[in-house]
Formats: sequence, C-alpha cells, structure tokens
Amino acid sequence: MDTVLRSRSKTVTVGSEQPFCIIGERINPTGRKLFAEQLRGGDLSTVTADAIAQAQAGADVLDINAGIPLVDEPELLMSMIRAAQDAVDLPICIDSSVIEALEAGLSVYEGRALVNSVTAEDERLEEILPLVARHGAAVIGLANDETGIPQTPEERLINARKIVSSAGDHGIAADDVIIDPLAMTVGADTEAVTTTLATISLIRDELGVNMCLGASNVSFGLPQRHVLNAAFLPMAMAAGLTSAIMSTASVCVESVRASDLLLGHDAWGASWIAAHRARQAAEKEAAAAS
Amino acid sequence: MTNEEILQLLYDETLVGNAPAVKDGVNEGLEQDLEPEKMLYDALIPSLEEVGARFERGDYFVPEMLIAARAMQGALDILRPLLAEGDTQQVGTFLMGTVKGDVHDIGKNLCNIMLEGAGFTVIDLGVNVPPEKFVQQIEERNPDVVGFSAFLTTTMPMFKANINALEKAGIRDRVIVMVGGAPVTQEYADAVGADGYSADASSAVKKAKELIERKRQQVAA
Repeated sequence: MDTVLRSRSKTVTVGSEQPFCIIGERINPTGRKLFAEQLRGGDLSTVTADAIAQAQAGADVLDINAGIPLVDEPELLMSMIRAAQDAVDLPICIDSSVIEALEAGLSVYEGRALVNSVTAEDERLEEILPLVARHGAAVIGLANDETGIPQTPEERLINARKIVSSAGDHGIAADDVIIDPLAMTVGADTEAVTTTLATISLIRDELGVNMCLGASNVSFGLPQRHVLNAAFLPMAMAAGLTSAIMSTASVCVESVRASDLLLGHDAWGASWIAAHRARQAAEKEAAAAS
Repeated sequence: MTNEEILQLLYDETLVGNAPAVKDGVNEGLEQDLEPEKMLYDALIPSLEEVGARFERGDYFVPEMLIAARAMQGALDILRPLLAEGDTQQVGTFLMGTVKGDVHDIGKNLCNIMLEGAGFTVIDLGVNVPPEKFVQQIEERNPDVVGFSAFLTTTMPMFKANINALEKAGIRDRVIVMVGGAPVTQEYADAVGADGYSADASSAVKKAKELIERKRQQVAA
C-alpha cells in the first residue's frame, strides 16, 4: 500500500517497497523553552531554520506542532505551516490533538498533508476522520483507545483494525491510513521495544498498512539517545515500519538509509552511492576553499 | 548489624534500586525493633530524595529512578500497615490521576510513592482520566487534595477542563487542586486556577502538606 503526500510541487510516497520515510521531528516546541518563547512572540525564524536544516539532513517530510500552553494554537499552527512551506518544498505532517488546530492547519496547507493524529477512541474518530476526508489528506492512527495504551500487540492490532475500518466508513482508503504501533521508552519498561516490534510485524502481516511511530520515544530518559534511536530504527524497519517521526541527527539518518539498502529498498545502492559522492564532493570543495 | 548500619544499608540500597536488599533490610530492622518511622524518615525518604536530586542534575537516568522507586515501594508495602498502627498522623488523602488524553505515568507514580512515604493515603486513578471520573471520585472519597498530571503541552488544557468540571459539580471548594508534569509551570498553574504546583515529587509532598495545613487553619479560623 502506498500513501502519497504532496508539498507545493514534490510528491513523497510512503510504502513497503519505498525507501523509508523520514519525518523530521524538530519543529515542536515541547521541551524547547526558547523556541516556545520565540513562537509566543510571533518569531518564526527558528521554524524556517529548522525546516531548512532538517531538509538538508535528509528529512522527507516535516512534522509541525504548535502546542504551547495558553497560545492560540490554530493561529500559530497556520503561521508555522506557512513559514515551513515558504522555506522548503517538503510535505508536512500536521501535528495537534486540537481539532480546530488541525482544521486551521489543513485549510492553509498547500498540497496533500498527513494529519497527526487520530486514535481508536470513538469520539476522536468521529471528530477527525470527516476533516481528513474533506481535505483529502492522509492520517496517522494511534493504536490506543479510551483505556490507554494496550500492553499486547494483539490489542493494538484490534485498535489499528478499528481505525482502518472507521476510516473506510468515512471514505478514506486504507492506503491513506498510517498506523502508529506505539513506541515507548525502554527506560521505563524492558519489554517496551520488543512489544513495539512484535506489533509492527503483526500489523504488517494482518493489515499491510503503512506504519509510523515516534522513534525517539524509545530512548527517553536514557543517555546517548541518538545511538539508541539509530539502533532501534533498523530493527523496526526490518519488522515492517515504513516511516518514523524522528531525529535527523546524521547517525539516525545514515542508519535508516543503510537499512534501506540492506532491506532491498535502494536498488543497487544507487541512493547510498550518490550520497557518498555528494559527501565526497562537499569535502573536496571545503578543502579547496580552505 | 547495628541500627545505624541497617539505616545506612537501606539508604544505599534504595539509591541503587536493589529491591531485594531493601526488603531484607527492612525485615531485619523490624526484627531488631528498629522503628518503622525511623527507617522511613531517616533512610528511605532521604534516599529517594537524593535519587530525585541526581535525576534533576542529569546524573541519574529514568531506569535508575524507577528501580529506586520500586525498591522504596517494596519497603513501604511492609511498613505501611505498621505505620498505620503506630501514632503516625494521617496527613491526608491524595487523589491522583493523569488527565484525559495523556497516558504518561512515570512522574505521577513517583509522586505517589513519595506521598505515601510521607504518610498520605494515595488513591491513584491511573492514566487518561476524564473529568467526570475525577468529579465522581472526589464526591465519593472526599480527598484533601486532587492532583492532575499532564506530560504534554497538548493535554495540559485538561487542567482547566477538570477544574471547570469541579466547579460545575459544585465541589471546587471541597478539594485542593494541585497540578504537575514536565511542561507545567507555576505560571500555567496560576492561569488555570490551580491551588498548587510543584516541579518534582519531593516538593509536591511539601506543597501538599503546606496547602492542607493552610486550609485547616482557614477552616479553624
């Protein structure tokens, strides 16, 4: 199954036969005090800078979140999306739990967006799916429900199935539903990541839909997070994960692109070799300039 | 082992999260007639406070904090009935829950342990708790304090929604409202009309005690 996302002029396809889709996580004020203060004051320069930096680092899509306490989130999200679209030509993942913010974001977005997110809760499905359908967008569905995050892969599969089926009822094809199998920190539960990996395999085998998760969650509360993230991503990809909201630190991006090649999603290593040549050329240029 | 050695052992082994050693230490202390209060206040709580301080400084990581809390919990399971028997004053009842839409519970659970250690009766409603549930439980259990936890900026607005629900049910004045969680600030707590905020588990205990004391004085006056 292929999920097609579009920016102003670029198309990105998420799919099991495609290179992994890297969704840059950075444009999110959660835990970024300075960035939050800037946004509060209407300063969007960091949005622009982060958009460019993540695009250069290899992001295929950018996540944009405007969740700041006591701020007009719909208004802020709209201006952040405009700023990001003016800076880079990449599709955007509109990230909010506030329905009005999603609506506002979708209304200004130019292209085909990914909505982040809906859950298997009846109320959320009924609120968000009509909006996704109306805007012809794709949507991320978190495999949790009213009772919280299920402990077992089987229960998460039930939630995933419910989301896909409910999306169908609203005229959204399974191609346009990306399931989040839920990743949590291994710092709080030794089994957290193995459960996530088992969930990914199960959803791939049973539903075959695209999947996306917040990859950095796995390393929360631990030292050297990028190293853990970079080790996790290839495991998740081998299990069937097709995209992730993740850090674009080079160790993470390189790990993903190497796995694309190893898993047969980069025919004859063309992208891998091209990236190597580009790096060589840049080094040469830098040496000549100095 | 002398009593001093046992207290030192409890402190050291809680610090490294060695639950079996802490449990054995508590039992050995009880055999030697070491007071439960002494083990709690002179060893276990100071140790968990040190764990919290190390975490704040970035010297400790989440798993270390969790296993230390677990070790403390194991000790509390043994000590709690004994503390209730003794003349330890019942400090108050604390109703705790992570707000609707939010499933994070590490910080909340740490607060629960510290509160229990300090003598509170803690009723934990778990995660993703809707406003109606808080209202119903406050009416039923009549706690001194209700604590709302949120880990996401996107779920923090539930504090206000919860407080509105309490007001609507006519029980806002019956209970002290405390809020907390990683992105929460004093400013935000004030803005939503909470009675108290604290940045970490041990200051939550101090704050809760202080607010209860103030309220009791007001009622008495």
